[in-house]
Amino acid sequence: MFPTPDISHLNSADYQYVYEPAEDSFLLMDALEKDLQSLKSARPSVCLEIGCGSGIVSTFLAQMLGPDSFYLCTDINPKALEITRNTGQQNSVLLNPVLTDLASSLADRLENKIDVLLFNPPYVVTPSEEVGSSGIEAAWAGGVNGREVLDRLLPDVHRLLSSQGVFYLVIIKENKQGDIEAIMSKYQLEMTVVMLRRSGPEHLSVLKFTRKNP
Amino acid sequence: MKLLTHNMLTSNIIKGVTKGFPLKIAASEVKVSEVDFNPEFIARMIPKMEWSALCQAAESIGQLGDLPKELAPEYESDEEFLKKAHHVLLEVEVKEGELICPESGRKFTIRNGIPNMLLNEEEVAK
Repeated sequence: MFPTPDISHLNSADYQYVYEPAEDSFLLMDALEKDLQSLKSARPSVCLEIGCGSGIVSTFLAQMLGPDSFYLCTDINPKALEITRNTGQQNSVLLNPVLTDLASSLADRLENKIDVLLFNPPYVVTPSEEVGSSGIEAAWAGGVNGREVLDRLLPDVHRLLSSQGVFYLVIIKENKQGDIEAIMSKYQLEMTVVMLRRSGPEHLSVLKFTRKNP
Repeated sequence: MKLLTHNMLTSNIIKGVTKGFPLKIAASEVKVSEVDFNPEFIARMIPKMEWSALCQAAESIGQLGDLPKELAPEYESDEEFLKKAHHVLLEVEVKEGELICPESGRKFTIRNGIPNMLLNEEEVAK
């Protein structure tokens, strides 16, 4: 059992700018821990977390997998990246932040190189107008079906992943899991449901995607 | 921004830019620190690097040292070489400065070690 990363350096002032770790964050960490053996045995070199927020999940991954991997973190919110780096430091792991939209500016050079790809997206169903800020709303505003941000990433996942690469994604029921599965299947990625959790009104799932024919 | 990260960044997210690599570095603050040496990790990362771009970047900020510009065969077992590569890849960090697109000249700020690759809407390649 790995303890949750130390986030005592963060306080309520920080959470005005960055997403405070919540059930979705913890579910993703629990799912990664469940898969630890298979993650380790794949000997990942490059890990990328899109939308790293406080950095807690990348920190947790880095604590579990160790310094044999390179941990890249992106976010559209500049505060999130500063906080992510501090969270890494607080927990003695090296995280490498890049302020960018999704995996943009990294996608070309990381083509078929990402061994572990993580995304806890803005999944809340909101009006479309709320999507696209770079402040804290970017942490949850998902637009129609809570899919508007995620749908921009999905077509690129197969290009980003290495042959043994794995993509972990957090969704809620409203995001239409079946539809996501069908989209990814077209890109020869197959889906597993790693973990489910109900948190108040949210039915959360962690989905895992790997290549059908690596 | 470590030089390993720099080696992964391209600016061809900009309309009209074809390759956008490597980005030129104009550094106003570079920090060198100690990072634990992990030879296996370095050996596995080197094939993923654009080696000449890495050397060019290091040289441009005066951190190339005696890192060879060409990879020797059997570099994976050359610990001295791996240590030098480790230093350049992970121990050198650009804290403040700019990245410059080699095709359009567009500048991207590096603040507090974090490169800002966000574009304005009109700049984005569709």
